[in-house]
Amino acid sequence: MSFASIYVPNFPVAAALRAESELQAAALAILEGKPPLEKVIAVNEKAGRMGIAPGMTKAQAELCTEIALRSRSALQESSAHAALLDCAQSFSPCVEDTACDTVLLDLAGMESLFGSTSDISHALSHRAAALGLAVNVAAASNPDSAVLAARGFSGITVIPPGKEAEQLRRLPVKVLFADRLEKDQKEQADRLLETLGRWGIHDLQALAALPEIALSERLGQKGLRLQELARGSSSRTLVPMEPPMVFVEEIELEHPIVLLEPLAFLLNRLLEQLCARLGSRALATQELQLTLTLDSFHSSDIDYPSLPSQVKSSLFSRTLRLPLPMLDAKVFLKLLQLDLSAHPPGAPIMKIRLAAEPAHPRSAQGGLFLPPSPEPEKLELTLTRIAGIVGENKVGAVELLDTHHPEGFRMRRFAAEMIRKTRGEKSGVAEPGSTKEKSAVTALRRFRPPLCANVTLKDGQPVKLICRKREIQGDVLWKAGPWRFSGDWWEHEAWSRDEWDIALQNEASRGAVAIALYRLVHDLLGGGWFVEGMYD
Amino acid sequence: MSSAVISTSAASGRPFLFDAETVPETGSVPTNSPILEYSKAHAGSAVLDGMEHGPKACWRHLQSAINQQRIPPASITPASRLEIRPALEMVSSGVPAIDALTGGLPRGCLTEICGSASSGRTTVLLAALASATCRGEFCALVDASDALDPQSIATGVDLDRLLWVRCGENLTSKNNSREIPRQLHSRNDRPAEHRLEQVLRATDLLLESGGFGVIALDLADLPPQTARRIPLTTWFRFRRAVEHKPTILLSVEQQPIAGSCSSLLLQLRPARENLLNFDDPHSQEQLSLCDSILPTHADLLTGFEIKAELALSRLNRKPAYSVMFPTRTAWAG
Repeated sequence: MSFASIYVPNFPVAAALRAESELQAAALAILEGKPPLEKVIAVNEKAGRMGIAPGMTKAQAELCTEIALRSRSALQESSAHAALLDCAQSFSPCVEDTACDTVLLDLAGMESLFGSTSDISHALSHRAAALGLAVNVAAASNPDSAVLAARGFSGITVIPPGKEAEQLRRLPVKVLFADRLEKDQKEQADRLLETLGRWGIHDLQALAALPEIALSERLGQKGLRLQELARGSSSRTLVPMEPPMVFVEEIELEHPIVLLEPLAFLLNRLLEQLCARLGSRALATQELQLTLTLDSFHSSDIDYPSLPSQVKSSLFSRTLRLPLPMLDAKVFLKLLQLDLSAHPPGAPIMKIRLAAEPAHPRSAQGGLFLPPSPEPEKLELTLTRIAGIVGENKVGAVELLDTHHPEGFRMRRFAAEMIRKTRGEKSGVAEPGSTKEKSAVTALRRFRPPLCANVTLKDGQPVKLICRKREIQGDVLWKAGPWRFSGDWWEHEAWSRDEWDIALQNEASRGAVAIALYRLVHDLLGGGWFVEGMYD
Repeated sequence: MSSAVISTSAASGRPFLFDAETVPETGSVPTNSPILEYSKAHAGSAVLDGMEHGPKACWRHLQSAINQQRIPPASITPASRLEIRPALEMVSSGVPAIDALTGGLPRGCLTEICGSASSGRTTVLLAALASATCRGEFCALVDASDALDPQSIATGVDLDRLLWVRCGENLTSKNNSREIPRQLHSRNDRPAEHRLEQVLRATDLLLESGGFGVIALDLADLPPQTARRIPLTTWFRFRRAVEHKPTILLSVEQQPIAGSCSSLLLQLRPARENLLNFDDPHSQEQLSLCDSILPTHADLLTGFEIKAELALSRLNRKPAYSVMFPTRTAWAG
């Protein structure tokens, strides 16, 4: 039975660095409090070397010109915490959410999957690094020892069974109180730490060596509990939790963004974090929801009549629905860029929220003898780009409607992969020769919208036609019809028409004379004549 | 003044295969002779003035050029080691008569289908799409005039495998109005050039995306003068993009516009066209598909006959000839 603990040291700084990776090399201090009473609560190592320490005021910290100051962000910390849970969940289903900066996981049975405890610890560290977190990982035979070792030792620590006291003895006593406690608990912990300090107890070895009865008499059960922890002999059951399947990354901006280009950089960062989190849980996404909080001054005080209603409510949302589950940050970014180019927010952006709806990744294996099909990611980008050129509803696959109306169809999303999955084999081995035995089906080319025509009738039959197009006019050489169609008479869009197939003489290329066949329609409700299409 | 062109590869895009075995009389030239490398390296551009025609004369002049140190003598690759273009894969066009005429449609090439109104261009195009979707391939139709009739393709084409790009003016939210417009509409609110630009951009993207068995450009309703504005470089780019890929690039138009970029050119016309003489009332009777004595509702358009002529083929050197084949309407059974 072994447990591993993942601890993120200096959590506020780590959360800020995860959100802004370019600050890794800079001196960073995190501020908390209401202006102008902001104080430094955490600093990174470089800032510490420059003399910046927690407790300083913002004005004091600003004396150092090279330091980057950031306000503490609950959004960033919750995202970092969710990423930490994802990291643990990707290795073990039994995960305890010990603290916002600490998680504990049960490694029982994991050896056959991931190797030895040391291998798992290294893999945990690498996975956390991939999620943008620099962590300490410790493995021990009991949960509390693993947590203490992770909080006390940097890097990776593996404590063999039975060696807990020996390994933990060098740790300072304050590691026992490293939990982020509430105010009253914190005061109590400070008093205990002070008492131990007065006794000359500075490390766990000294605490473990104290006589139990005397310790109990002075500190009560709390003291005994602390001694158990120091000896590495405590035992408790894990409190597993089911991490919610919520994948949200948010960022709040100090200065509003106006242009789409800087927005793309931030979106890229959020998408990479989201994809890393989804990837760690072996998931993909089929729906991305982008919510932008717009600058209320611009969105409310200035009236933009042409802007959509989302802007006026200072929230602008766009939803990207994908035909298939995908996990490619670059593709998502490009799709979002194209979408935002087509539908710009219309006001400066103050906050970005990106949520991904998790989905199981597609599992499709192409056959050796199946014809190639477009790559789904590439195809989606291509379709979005083409939609930007020709219009959103003008690219896709055709779906016929259950109606006799001549334009009884609608456009729907074209998805190559889904077809191969659902009906691939059947259509893949269809006999090509089957089409050879039939003659080609005469095609109709539709004029959209139909061409208005002036028709001369004789005995109720068209004999001459005049149309705006020069090549579609003249005497009717041959005709067949009328074929009467009607429908939807129970709705407002009722239609009723007579169709004629007619032959007209027209001028082909180089002045030669040719005959063309057209479909002529008499709208019985409106009374007009239209050339609806040409047989070709 | 005579000249010898070392390479004539404009049509194929490949260097001229200057094989050492074709000049045996020079004898002393090794197979890795600099001449061969020179012919390869300068393929497409080298014109040696003052040469006599014929390979032997050419060889002599090249040898003298080496002696005069005008040709770098290093790194010559014999023609036998040069890459030989693999035979093109031909697939069924969906019309047996056209398959017999052309051997099918070549993959990795541009095929043009030309003809006037009611010449059967769209019928052949849809037959090719039906055949491709039947093979399990995905197809794309870039429709310059938004003229496709979904009911026409429903019988043969697998609709799930056809990507339809409808160029033209942007439609309103209700994309397919179910009412016949009751006022006179302008057919094209935007100029044809705009639609043409949409076609070219969409085709570029589709070619770049890859994975399609057939990419068809329907330019049949564009005026020839507009279609001819497509630069030849664009056709070269398209041809280059599909080369060595299993994609058939089809272009349907009124007149040939791709020039030397197309590997196959099919000219279609109605088979009855040459029989018509509109001054002769007897010929007009021939035109009628049924006896004109019958009432008009007793007539039925059951199809028409198409004459397909192989106007150009860079795939084989067979003499041009034509075939005729019938089409049938969907309701003819």
